[in-house]
Amino acid sequence: MLQDSSQDLYVVNTETIPGMTIIRALGIVQGNTVRAKHLGRDFAAGLKNLVGGELTGYTELLTEARREALSRMLEEAQALGANAVVNVRFSTSAVSQGAAEIYAYGTGVYVEPDTTASG
Amino acid sequence: MEFLIGTAVLLLIGLIAGRASEKRHFAELERREGELRDMLVTDIHYPPDDVELPRGGVMIIGDAVIATDYLKSFIAKLINIVGGRIGVYESLLERARREAIVRVLQEARNNGYDAVCNIRIDTADIGGMAMGAKTVTVAISATGTAYKRRHMPVPGSQLKSC
Repeated sequence: MLQDSSQDLYVVNTETIPGMTIIRALGIVQGNTVRAKHLGRDFAAGLKNLVGGELTGYTELLTEARREALSRMLEEAQALGANAVVNVRFSTSAVSQGAAEIYAYGTGVYVEPDTTASG
Repeated sequence: MEFLIGTAVLLLIGLIAGRASEKRHFAELERREGELRDMLVTDIHYPPDDVELPRGGVMIIGDAVIATDYLKSFIAKLINIVGGRIGVYESLLERARREAIVRVLQEARNNGYDAVCNIRIDTADIGGMAMGAKTVTVAISATGTAYKRRHMPVPGSQLKSC
Protein backbone atom coordinates (compact mmCIF):
# COMPACT_ATOMS: atom_id res chain seq x y z
CA MET A 1 0.00 0.00 0.00
CA LEU A 2 1.31 3.35 -0.94
CA GLN A 3 -0.85 5.39 1.36
CA ASP A 4 1.27 4.56 4.39
CA SER A 5 3.88 7.22 3.73
CA SER A 6 1.39 10.06 3.75
CA GLN A 7 -2.05 9.30 5.12
CA ASP A 8 -3.48 12.67 4.26
CA LEU A 9 -2.67 12.59 0.57
CA TYR A 10 -4.80 10.89 -2.05
CA VAL A 11 -2.67 9.13 -4.62
CA VAL A 12 -4.38 7.56 -7.62
CA ASN A 13 -3.41 6.77 -11.18
CA THR A 14 -6.92 7.48 -12.41
CA GLU A 15 -7.84 10.98 -13.56
CA THR A 16 -10.48 11.62 -10.93
CA ILE A 17 -11.10 10.72 -7.31
CA PRO A 18 -14.63 9.55 -6.51
CA GLY A 19 -16.43 11.86 -4.13
CA MET A 20 -13.90 14.63 -4.65
CA THR A 21 -13.85 17.67 -6.87
CA ILE A 22 -10.59 19.06 -8.15
CA ILE A 23 -10.55 22.72 -7.13
CA ARG A 24 -7.12 23.62 -8.44
CA ALA A 25 -4.46 21.87 -10.49
CA LEU A 26 -1.10 22.85 -9.04
CA GLY A 27 1.14 21.37 -11.68
CA ILE A 28 3.29 18.37 -12.32
CA VAL A 29 5.12 16.76 -9.41
CA GLN A 30 7.90 14.26 -9.80
CA GLY A 31 10.37 12.08 -7.98
CA ASN A 32 13.15 9.82 -9.11
CA THR A 33 15.71 7.39 -7.80
CA VAL A 34 18.66 5.65 -9.38
CA ARG A 35 19.45 2.19 -8.11
CA ALA A 36 22.27 -0.21 -8.74
CA LYS A 37 21.95 -3.87 -8.08
CA HIS A 38 24.46 -5.13 -5.56
CA LEU A 39 26.94 -7.88 -6.00
CA GLY A 40 25.23 -10.52 -3.89
CA ARG A 41 22.02 -10.13 -5.78
CA ASP A 42 23.88 -10.18 -9.06
CA PHE A 43 25.57 -13.42 -8.13
CA ALA A 44 22.26 -15.02 -7.22
CA ALA A 45 20.81 -13.76 -10.48
CA GLY A 46 23.65 -15.35 -12.40
CA LEU A 47 22.82 -18.69 -10.85
CA LYS A 48 19.12 -18.21 -11.42
CA ASN A 49 19.81 -17.61 -15.08
CA LEU A 50 20.79 -21.26 -15.37
CA VAL A 51 17.70 -22.75 -13.79
CA GLY A 52 15.14 -20.01 -14.42
CA GLY A 53 12.54 -18.63 -12.04
CA GLU A 54 11.78 -15.47 -10.14
CA LEU A 55 14.58 -13.23 -8.90
CA THR A 56 12.99 -12.16 -5.63
CA GLY A 57 15.92 -9.90 -4.78
CA TYR A 58 15.37 -7.88 -7.94
CA THR A 59 11.62 -7.79 -7.43
CA GLU A 60 12.16 -6.28 -3.98
CA LEU A 61 14.69 -3.85 -5.39
CA LEU A 62 12.22 -2.69 -8.00
CA THR A 63 9.35 -2.28 -5.55
CA GLU A 64 11.59 -0.47 -3.08
CA ALA A 65 12.81 1.89 -5.81
CA ARG A 66 9.27 2.65 -6.95
CA ARG A 67 8.22 3.46 -3.39
CA GLU A 68 11.20 5.75 -3.01
CA ALA A 69 10.46 7.63 -6.25
CA LEU A 70 6.84 7.93 -5.23
CA SER A 71 7.60 9.24 -1.76
CA ARG A 72 9.83 11.93 -3.26
CA MET A 73 7.02 12.85 -5.60
CA LEU A 74 4.66 13.10 -2.62
CA GLU A 75 7.08 15.38 -0.77
CA GLU A 76 7.06 17.70 -3.75
CA ALA A 77 3.28 17.59 -3.87
CA GLN A 78 3.02 18.50 -0.19
CA ALA A 79 5.46 21.36 -0.69
CA LEU A 80 3.17 22.68 -3.42
CA GLY A 81 0.21 22.56 -1.08
CA ALA A 82 -1.50 19.70 -2.89
CA ASN A 83 -3.70 17.27 -1.01
CA ALA A 84 -3.91 14.74 -3.84
CA VAL A 85 -1.89 13.51 -6.78
CA VAL A 86 -3.80 12.20 -9.77
CA ASN A 87 -2.78 10.41 -12.93
CA VAL A 88 0.46 9.05 -11.46
CA ARG A 89 2.77 7.36 -13.96
CA PHE A 90 6.03 5.47 -13.63
CA SER A 91 8.84 5.24 -16.10
CA THR A 92 12.18 3.51 -16.00
CA SER A 93 15.36 3.98 -17.94
CA ALA A 94 18.77 2.37 -17.90
CA VAL A 95 21.41 4.88 -16.84
CA SER A 96 24.29 2.49 -17.28
CA GLN A 97 24.75 -1.23 -17.21
CA GLY A 98 23.66 -2.33 -13.77
CA ALA A 99 21.95 0.91 -12.79
CA ALA A 100 18.43 1.99 -13.52
CA GLU A 101 16.39 5.09 -12.90
CA ILE A 102 12.83 4.82 -11.66
CA TYR A 103 10.82 7.96 -12.20
CA ALA A 104 7.37 8.75 -10.83
CA TYR A 105 5.30 11.71 -11.93
CA GLY A 106 1.76 12.95 -11.58
CA THR A 107 -0.35 16.06 -11.28
CA GLY A 108 -0.58 17.68 -7.88
CA VAL A 109 -4.11 18.94 -7.24
CA TYR A 110 -6.16 20.42 -4.46
CA VAL A 111 -9.41 18.55 -3.91
CA GLU A 112 -12.47 19.09 -1.78
CA PRO A 113 -15.31 16.69 -1.00
CA ASP A 114 -18.25 16.86 -3.41
CA THR A 115 -21.02 19.13 -2.20
CA THR A 116 -23.56 17.24 -4.26
CA ALA A 117 -23.57 13.77 -2.73
CA SER A 118 -23.54 11.99 -6.05
CA GLY A 119 -20.39 9.89 -5.71
CA MET B 1 35.23 -31.77 -25.35
CA GLU B 2 34.99 -30.55 -21.77
CA PHE B 3 33.25 -27.47 -23.01
CA LEU B 4 30.67 -29.60 -24.81
CA ILE B 5 30.02 -31.69 -21.72
CA GLY B 6 29.66 -28.55 -19.63
CA THR B 7 27.18 -27.08 -22.09
CA ALA B 8 25.23 -30.33 -22.21
CA VAL B 9 24.98 -30.40 -18.41
CA LEU B 10 23.77 -26.80 -18.31
CA LEU B 11 21.21 -27.50 -21.03
CA LEU B 12 20.00 -30.50 -19.06
CA ILE B 13 19.64 -28.35 -15.93
CA GLY B 14 17.62 -25.87 -17.97
CA LEU B 15 15.51 -28.60 -19.47
CA ILE B 16 14.65 -30.20 -16.14
CA ALA B 17 14.72 -27.40 -13.55
CA GLY B 18 13.60 -24.64 -15.93
CA ARG B 19 10.67 -26.58 -17.35
CA ALA B 20 9.56 -27.69 -13.90
CA SER B 21 9.67 -24.19 -12.45
CA GLU B 22 7.78 -22.75 -15.41
CA LYS B 23 5.10 -25.41 -15.18
CA ARG B 24 4.78 -24.85 -11.45
CA HIS B 25 4.52 -21.11 -11.92
CA PHE B 26 1.80 -21.39 -14.55
CA ALA B 27 -0.21 -23.74 -12.34
CA GLU B 28 0.16 -21.37 -9.40
CA LEU B 29 -0.87 -18.37 -11.52
CA GLU B 30 -3.95 -20.25 -12.69
CA ARG B 31 -4.95 -20.96 -9.10
CA ARG B 32 -4.39 -17.43 -7.81
CA GLU B 33 -6.13 -15.84 -10.79
CA GLY B 34 -9.07 -18.11 -10.11
CA GLU B 35 -9.30 -16.88 -6.54
CA LEU B 36 -9.28 -13.25 -7.69
CA ARG B 37 -11.74 -13.66 -10.54
CA ASP B 38 -14.57 -11.83 -8.79
CA MET B 39 -12.61 -8.57 -8.65
CA LEU B 40 -13.36 -5.82 -11.12
CA VAL B 41 -10.24 -5.14 -13.16
CA THR B 42 -10.04 -2.53 -15.91
CA ASP B 43 -7.48 -0.45 -17.73
CA ILE B 44 -9.95 2.41 -18.09
CA HIS B 45 -8.87 5.79 -16.68
CA TYR B 46 -11.99 6.27 -14.60
CA PRO B 47 -13.05 4.74 -11.29
CA PRO B 48 -16.22 2.64 -10.98
CA ASP B 49 -19.33 4.81 -10.53
CA ASP B 50 -20.43 3.26 -7.23
CA VAL B 51 -17.33 3.72 -5.11
CA GLU B 52 -17.79 3.54 -1.36
CA LEU B 53 -16.94 6.91 0.17
CA PRO B 54 -15.23 8.67 1.88
CA ARG B 55 -12.07 6.76 0.97
CA GLY B 56 -11.78 7.41 -2.75
CA GLY B 57 -9.13 4.98 -3.91
CA VAL B 58 -5.52 4.09 -3.40
CA MET B 59 -2.70 3.32 -5.78
CA ILE B 60 -1.13 -0.10 -5.65
CA ILE B 61 1.99 -1.43 -7.32
CA GLY B 62 3.19 -4.94 -8.04
CA ASP B 63 6.43 -6.11 -9.58
CA ALA B 64 7.84 -9.35 -10.91
CA VAL B 65 11.34 -10.11 -12.12
CA ILE B 66 11.80 -13.45 -13.82
CA ALA B 67 14.98 -14.98 -15.15
CA THR B 68 15.45 -17.13 -18.17
CA ASP B 69 17.02 -20.57 -17.88
CA TYR B 70 20.02 -21.85 -19.77
CA LEU B 71 17.99 -23.87 -22.25
CA LYS B 72 15.81 -20.92 -23.13
CA SER B 73 18.82 -18.66 -23.66
CA PHE B 74 20.42 -21.32 -25.81
CA ILE B 75 17.35 -21.76 -28.01
CA ALA B 76 16.97 -17.99 -28.25
CA LYS B 77 20.56 -17.62 -29.40
CA LEU B 78 20.02 -20.23 -32.10
CA ILE B 79 16.85 -18.54 -33.33
CA ASN B 80 18.72 -15.25 -33.29
CA ILE B 81 20.89 -16.53 -36.10
CA VAL B 82 18.04 -17.28 -38.48
CA GLY B 83 15.50 -14.81 -37.07
CA GLY B 84 11.86 -15.47 -36.28
CA ARG B 85 9.62 -15.90 -33.30
CA ILE B 86 11.30 -16.67 -29.97
CA GLY B 87 8.53 -18.54 -28.21
CA VAL B 88 10.65 -19.41 -25.18
CA TYR B 89 10.85 -15.73 -24.23
CA GLU B 90 7.17 -15.11 -24.89
CA SER B 91 6.22 -17.42 -22.05
CA LEU B 92 8.74 -15.65 -19.83
CA LEU B 93 7.08 -12.28 -20.47
CA GLU B 94 3.63 -13.75 -20.01
CA ARG B 95 4.57 -15.17 -16.62
CA ALA B 96 6.06 -11.89 -15.43
CA ARG B 97 3.03 -9.84 -16.56
CA ARG B 98 0.49 -12.17 -15.03
CA GLU B 99 2.48 -12.38 -11.81
CA ALA B 100 2.75 -8.59 -11.49
CA ILE B 101 -1.00 -8.14 -12.06
CA VAL B 102 -1.89 -10.92 -9.62
CA ARG B 103 0.27 -9.19 -6.99
CA VAL B 104 -1.58 -5.92 -7.48
CA LEU B 105 -4.95 -7.66 -7.17
CA GLN B 106 -3.85 -9.68 -4.16
CA GLU B 107 -2.67 -6.58 -2.33
CA ALA B 108 -5.92 -4.80 -3.17
CA ARG B 109 -7.95 -7.72 -1.87
CA ASN B 110 -5.83 -8.01 1.31
CA ASN B 111 -6.61 -4.38 2.08
CA GLY B 112 -10.32 -4.79 1.59
CA TYR B 113 -10.76 -3.47 -1.95
CA ASP B 114 -12.72 -5.24 -4.66
CA ALA B 115 -11.92 -3.28 -7.81
CA VAL B 116 -8.70 -2.19 -9.48
CA CYS B 117 -8.96 0.37 -12.26
CA ASN B 118 -6.52 1.82 -14.74
CA ILE B 119 -4.04 -1.03 -14.60
CA ARG B 120 -0.84 0.00 -16.34
CA ILE B 121 1.98 -2.34 -17.19
CA ASP B 122 5.56 -1.21 -17.66
CA THR B 123 8.65 -3.10 -18.61
CA ALA B 124 11.50 -1.99 -16.40
CA ASP B 125 15.11 -2.23 -17.48
CA ILE B 126 16.69 -3.02 -14.15
CA GLY B 127 19.91 -4.59 -15.32
CA GLY B 128 20.65 -2.24 -18.17
CA MET B 129 19.67 -4.89 -20.68
CA ALA B 130 19.28 -2.23 -23.32
CA MET B 131 22.89 -1.31 -22.66
CA GLY B 132 24.15 -4.79 -23.32
CA ALA B 133 24.00 -6.67 -20.03
CA LYS B 134 24.54 -10.36 -20.60
CA THR B 135 21.83 -11.97 -18.52
CA VAL B 136 18.27 -12.02 -19.75
CA THR B 137 15.77 -11.09 -17.08
CA VAL B 138 12.27 -9.79 -17.55
CA ALA B 139 11.14 -7.10 -15.12
CA ILE B 140 7.50 -6.07 -15.18
CA SER B 141 5.81 -3.41 -13.05
CA ALA B 142 2.04 -3.17 -12.78
CA THR B 143 0.25 -0.16 -11.30
CA GLY B 144 -3.44 0.32 -10.59
CA THR B 145 -5.84 2.17 -8.36
CA ALA B 146 -7.92 0.09 -5.96
CA TYR B 147 -11.49 0.95 -5.01
CA LYS B 148 -14.17 -0.47 -2.79
CA ARG B 149 -17.58 -0.61 -4.41
CA ARG B 150 -20.81 -0.10 -2.52
CA HIS B 151 -22.48 -3.19 -3.84
CA MET B 152 -21.26 -6.29 -5.53
CA PRO B 153 -22.03 -6.18 -9.24
CA VAL B 154 -24.50 -8.41 -11.00
CA PRO B 155 -22.45 -11.24 -12.50
CA GLY B 156 -21.74 -10.63 -16.16
CA SER B 157 -22.27 -6.88 -16.00
CA GLN B 158 -18.86 -5.96 -14.59
CA LEU B 159 -17.68 -3.72 -17.38
CA LYS B 160 -20.75 -1.50 -17.18
CA SER B 161 -19.88 -0.24 -13.73
CA CYS B 162 -16.65 1.36 -14.81
